[in-house]
Amino acid sequence: MPPSSLRGNLIAFGLLALAVLLAFGLGRFPVGPGELGRLIWAGLTGQASGLPPQVETVIWNIRGPRVIAALLCGAALAVAGTAFQGLFRNPLVSPDILGASSGAALGAVIGIYFSLGIIGIQFAAFAGGLVAVGAVYAIGSGLRRGDPVLVLVLTGVVVGSLLGAGIGLVKYWADPYNQLPAMTFWLLGSLAGTAKPDLVPLLGPVLLGSAVLVALRWRMNAMSLPEEEARALGLSTGPLRVAIVAAATLVTAASVAAAGIIGWVGLVVPHLARFLVGPDFGRLVPTAAILGGGYLLIIDTLARTVGPVETPLGILTAVIGTPFFIWLLASARGGWS
Amino acid sequence: MSLSACGLSYGYPERQIGREIGLELKPGEVLALLGPNGSGKTTLLKTLLGLLPPQGGELALDGAPLAALSVAERARALGYVPQAHAGTFAFSVFTVVLMGRTAHGGLFAAPSAHDRAIAMAMLERLGVARLAQRPYTQISGGERQLVLIARALAQEPRYIILDEPTASLDFGNQGKVMVEITRLAAEGLGILFTTHDPNQALRYADHVLMIRNGQAIAAGSAAELLIPERLAELYGVAIETVRDTEGRVAFLPGH
Repeated sequence: MPPSSLRGNLIAFGLLALAVLLAFGLGRFPVGPGELGRLIWAGLTGQASGLPPQVETVIWNIRGPRVIAALLCGAALAVAGTAFQGLFRNPLVSPDILGASSGAALGAVIGIYFSLGIIGIQFAAFAGGLVAVGAVYAIGSGLRRGDPVLVLVLTGVVVGSLLGAGIGLVKYWADPYNQLPAMTFWLLGSLAGTAKPDLVPLLGPVLLGSAVLVALRWRMNAMSLPEEEARALGLSTGPLRVAIVAAATLVTAASVAAAGIIGWVGLVVPHLARFLVGPDFGRLVPTAAILGGGYLLIIDTLARTVGPVETPLGILTAVIGTPFFIWLLASARGGWS
Repeated sequence: MSLSACGLSYGYPERQIGREIGLELKPGEVLALLGPNGSGKTTLLKTLLGLLPPQGGELALDGAPLAALSVAERARALGYVPQAHAGTFAFSVFTVVLMGRTAHGGLFAAPSAHDRAIAMAMLERLGVARLAQRPYTQISGGERQLVLIARALAQEPRYIILDEPTASLDFGNQGKVMVEITRLAAEGLGILFTTHDPNQALRYADHVLMIRNGQAIAAGSAAELLIPERLAELYGVAIETVRDTEGRVAFLPGH
């Protein structure tokens, strides 16, 4: 019997609620759940909360946007990772397999190199991710040899390493005192300094792409079968693959543009979600979204509370992700449940 | 009413595999496709399923050209049972069978109660309903084959095409799967299967199509075609015939 999805989703929502309380509560201005409740009630009704104005500022203008950004990025990466693991029939796949992250990274370092300013850098990163995956898809579809999915993955790996060389080259050219630290910081991932206006470019692509992936989730089961089986079951695999890749790339590029490179979330969270609700994509995709948001929010809270300065998110996700994955490899027998 | 091919040539864009193939599969009949390794059986199956476009000749489903049907329309008429493989994700057996309902629902639709009822009914029809909640990756090869047949039945097709349904099964499971397949024909489905065992074709099929190097070398009734001379020609080895007192025969390859 697969785990009951009700119980699994209750656990996921519980973790999410805990993550939100901790994220709002912890920091230089501790805020208790009661105060948080009063603030939100005041915000909804328009009455005065009676709390010190510093606390209101911290919640609404500093922690609030950051919490929403973490939830959106985490959910986006988890949903994209879940969809890609099904599409590429491989549980070791993450959303950057087709070059979305490395393309976005190249776009960002080019933006920093030309001192484009924050909006320009974010746009360059977003466009870089889309262009990279578009190029991989065009090349992969042009090479009509054997299994289209395998060709796509291999093309992604090859193009990804070329993009990596491009990133290295721009870093090599960069001014080592001003630009290089900014590039390094960006490549390690961070949500520090996220403000309300930063949410606007993140919200649209993430909601649109996630909505497409959530809507197509029931078809992902059959899409995870070998190409010919999926078609014999009545799926138009070509157009569906384009739709899934486009939606997953949209959300990945948007989250990388907002938060930099955050590895591991899209790889680890789908497995955690499978523990909770089983492998059926119809139930897995929504649970992965909830869990991904909570997961990244907890990581981000750790990033700003442990240590005297902020720890980059990419470092924390790797430190947590690596042992988890080794354990997963050691314990997985007879399929990925 | 039939799945029929006439003068069919097939293969991949850069390479033709077979030509001049004629066959007709009617509801309630069992057709066995025999041929040595590399003779083009699997490619022919893919073409008959509409997964590969025919390169020439006619291929029709109930009178209409197969190529004119949509992917979903084809899936509602032709069920496909591939060779059993473990799969990547540990879906429950029930979920695997439910995938057979893909062509009956909309692009964004969750499986309906009707879909679930049919999936369960097909598991029961093949006597594997007790496996419904087991992970597909953890059942035996014979059980997997039965589950894949249940999945094809969930498509509610008129014809079922099976690629070497007994290839990786033990002796007992081979019999079990073949008995189920012939029962489906008795219930009105058209069955086409490939096999490496002429005895299986002799025992379970009404008609036989023998192909070698992509060309039909014989087609007709199983009892007439399955004789040592034909099999020797098809496989290129001497064939020994064993007879029992009631006149039933079995073939052994080589001497």
